[in-house]
Amino acid sequence: MVPFAGWDMPVQYEGVISEHVAVRTAAGIFDVSHMGQIETRGPAALALLQRLCSNDVALISSGGAQYSVLCREDGGVLDDLFTYRLGEQRYLTVTNAANHEQDFAWFVAHRDGLDVEIIDRAADYAMLAVQGPRARSLVGAVAGAPLPARMTVAPGSVAGVQALVCGTGYTGEDGVELLLAPADAPAVWDALVGAGAHPAGLAARDTLRTEACYHLYGNDLDLDHGPIEAGLGWCCKERTGFIGSDAVAASREQPPAQRLVPFVLTERGVARAGDQVIGGGHVTSGTFSPTLEVAIGLAYLPRERAVVGSEFDIDVRGKSRHARVAERPLYKHG
Amino acid sequence: MAEASYPADLLYHPDHDWARVEGDVATFGITWHAQDALGDVVFVEVPAIGALLTQNEPYTEIESVKAVAEVFAPLSGEVIAVNDVLIERPEAINEDPYGEGWTVKVRVADGAEASGLLERDAYVASLDE
Repeated sequence: MVPFAGWDMPVQYEGVISEHVAVRTAAGIFDVSHMGQIETRGPAALALLQRLCSNDVALISSGGAQYSVLCREDGGVLDDLFTYRLGEQRYLTVTNAANHEQDFAWFVAHRDGLDVEIIDRAADYAMLAVQGPRARSLVGAVAGAPLPARMTVAPGSVAGVQALVCGTGYTGEDGVELLLAPADAPAVWDALVGAGAHPAGLAARDTLRTEACYHLYGNDLDLDHGPIEAGLGWCCKERTGFIGSDAVAASREQPPAQRLVPFVLTERGVARAGDQVIGGGHVTSGTFSPTLEVAIGLAYLPRERAVVGSEFDIDVRGKSRHARVAERPLYKHG
Repeated sequence: MAEASYPADLLYHPDHDWARVEGDVATFGITWHAQDALGDVVFVEVPAIGALLTQNEPYTEIESVKAVAEVFAPLSGEVIAVNDVLIERPEAINEDPYGEGWTVKVRVADGAEASGLLERDAYVASLDE
């Protein structure tokens, strides 16, 4: 267990490589209860989320899910979010643990008279992610109803307890995430482990998400980089007028100096977050890929070098290591 | 992964390294505790034969999925053999840290340096502090 943002985090159970492989080939279960949740409900819930989230929240149908970023006026990224539409006028937004309190305060500060309730639900939900090619069949076997499709959410019973079942994840595999009452979580965990899900820790979650090229806030996303630099232009719909949309539009017009790209090392060693790219730029995530069996990562590179196939060198603790910009994602299921 | 163990016939360096001294030759490696803290080892950089190691100075790096660690020489000496197995099978450090996972053999420069190392019980006690 390792402390993080006030939580004791399960980093590793059996070993990061075997946990990683279990998720890629069978099913793993992660305790991600540190993630926060903010509920917004009322006639103006959509209007508030449209003001805050970079994506077009009006496009989420009831029972749908959507990824977005939360920007400041200057386009700096405050957090990245998943928003689920639970009802006609009811949404649940999942935040990163370290940002949750600040996000909640940001939501409240921008209500501006809108007719919407904003409720901090972080203490009301535990969160279990079951991921891998066998995840759906394994959860389905103990669920009361068919599981919701990818990128949708539905309430349902799992191992005899009520949960919000979400067809989402952070590993590049199919699977579900379960939002449930904290008191119910241990029994559901035990039932799913009993059914064959391998306990997987946050170290494996990091290698899995890096292979899938999913951003980690605090590493690949921060206030100093906008969504265009981070390669998240696809989830920014400036037409909605969200906070920061002018800055995002401007950086589409006038591309920023750097761009986040995935890379592979073409020689031995592992580049880590914080390592400098020779000639400009830096590594924001770096690890060893158990699937590809080479070191991989994400790095901000000068724009002219941030193209697939471009070769560059990273200063890895005083040694120059050769790397190449790779296609996103570094790993694709199937 | 191997069960926790700390053989009684080794000498231990407080930075989680071990030495097996046989005459004027010593074999080095990292302890069970060190490999457990690192997790799955993916790369090991071994020094060249003939390299001169200095007690308490780093002589190699071990890279795991999670982190990289410097490995400290428990004794000074000249490297006379390196464990090439680790180039192809770095996981040997996790599986068998006192056997197949050894790193180097050195010709010990000064046998008196061994007095600065810990016996098994003292090392194990240091892990609980």
